[in-house]
Amino acid sequence: MEEPNETERPLPDSKSEEITPATPIPSGADRTAPEAVEPPAPPADRRRFRHPLFVRLAHWLNVVCLPILLMSGFQIFNAHPALYWGERSDRDRPILAMKGVRTESGEIRGVTTLFGHPFDTTGLFGASPDDSGKRYRRGFPEWATLPAHQWLAMGRRWHFFFAWVFVINGLLFAAYSFASRHLWRDLLPRQEDLRKIGRSIRDHLFFRHPAGEEAAHYNVLQKIAYTGVVFVLGPLIVLTGLTMSPNLDAAFPGLLTLFGGRQSARTIHFIAAFTFIGYTLVHVLMVAITGLWNNLRSMITGWYSLPESGEKHEETN
Amino acid sequence: MKKRISLGRRQFLTRAAQLSGLLFLAGCDSLSQKPWFEGFLSSAEGVTRRVQRLITPRKAMAREFTEADLSPLFPVNGTENPDTDEYLALVENRFADWQLEIGGLVEQPARFSLAALRRLPSRTQITRHDCVEGWSAIGKWKGVPLSVILDQVRPHPQTRYVVFHSADPDEMGQYYYESIDFEDAYHPQTILAYDLNDQPLPIGNGAPLRLRVERQLGYKMAKYVMRIELVENFDSIADGKGGYWEDQGYEWYAGI
Repeated sequence: MEEPNETERPLPDSKSEEITPATPIPSGADRTAPEAVEPPAPPADRRRFRHPLFVRLAHWLNVVCLPILLMSGFQIFNAHPALYWGERSDRDRPILAMKGVRTESGEIRGVTTLFGHPFDTTGLFGASPDDSGKRYRRGFPEWATLPAHQWLAMGRRWHFFFAWVFVINGLLFAAYSFASRHLWRDLLPRQEDLRKIGRSIRDHLFFRHPAGEEAAHYNVLQKIAYTGVVFVLGPLIVLTGLTMSPNLDAAFPGLLTLFGGRQSARTIHFIAAFTFIGYTLVHVLMVAITGLWNNLRSMITGWYSLPESGEKHEETN
Repeated sequence: MKKRISLGRRQFLTRAAQLSGLLFLAGCDSLSQKPWFEGFLSSAEGVTRRVQRLITPRKAMAREFTEADLSPLFPVNGTENPDTDEYLALVENRFADWQLEIGGLVEQPARFSLAALRRLPSRTQITRHDCVEGWSAIGKWKGVPLSVILDQVRPHPQTRYVVFHSADPDEMGQYYYESIDFEDAYHPQTILAYDLNDQPLPIGNGAPLRLRVERQLGYKMAKYVMRIELVENFDSIADGKGGYWEDQGYEWYAGI
């Protein structure tokens, strides 16, 4: 929709140098900015300092951690490519199972069974090619796992190292958002945000995105998505991962009660991983269509420039 | 930052992003082959062990279940039958000639026949077995607490680990072995099990005696235990990592 360079046009030139206050306005601090009362001012500086260094570092650390955790997770899953509910794995009652089945002609086909319904997933799940193109039994294919070949020990090494990085990063971010009030200021949806949710969903569906001052803050769907990922999905995937630890189950038996058993926890861990994939796909799509370079730059340098309101949608209230 | 990003630069950045994605994946894979990098990643194991031990009460018990929770069939994993002449001879005699040997850094080395072990105090527990592969099974185990044996042989003060030597060799001739430290060795649920689900331990599950360490993963629980050795360190045993799977890159501390 929007041409990316359109959003870059308002980037400050020499003129803005003098307008830009020496102290950048921290995001959100200008909620009562006079724009609303004063007559429309000439296009003032559109730059906003949106992401503090700490937030940017935490973000990019997650960009490193998530693909590694996901792919090494698939490597670990491949050691027993089936999911169950409850405490134990009754082999005849999986929720999901990926199998390589040899047909009468001697060929190996990948069969994925979900709630008892078999699907042919040859090439992707259950059976997929190795480097030489020869098909063999495998849960997730080689291109999706870390390491590519079946190597559980190394998959676990990758997974647990980056799990620590991810957890520490998440805890520091949570502490920061509480201490700096980032959570309340920018992330948690407010009452008035929630009232606009219908309109926001409609706008997103029609790819209409806020411009001008309205773009200075996250919209309600962004707030729900970010808060949900950081404070619900993140803890969920960590806690279900920890529930798979026999030692931590002894130390905190409540984990087993909470998730309904170790195998349930493993299944929820898997679903949470795919929720992360879904979130990331939508996140990257939204970043791309609402001004890729502006968004990327804001997460690298901290500076975001408000999109021009030329194409703004109708305000009804 | 002040300059407008030119198309050329943008294209360059896109290419760079694509390329770095590919390099990332290829890089991760080749890094996996480097011993120094494996060592780097493995540093997390020590952190995991220390933190888990710190937050776990010494006597925290693994959950115990009821008979209603038992797996319909307790799986056989790893060695299904050691299949050596020595082992087959023991099977022939229903392990009447089998003796558990306990030695190393102890005051009082000892040997126990299966009948003698069965006469010692026992513990029965219905617990969940968690394989490193990801599956779990619930079984009812009966056996003698390892602490009972250790109290009889009296370890030397400098002893740090208990090593279990098994009867099953791999195709290279390396026998299975495992080790645990005293924190786990004296845990009430750490037993040398001779019964599974009220029957003598089947061959597939490690007859005549297997270790149960309920707060760690399955590979720590050596089957076909023949000999227990108390040591100060395990540098001189096999590849020196403290266990058969540890020598192949798995964690010595298998608490997760």
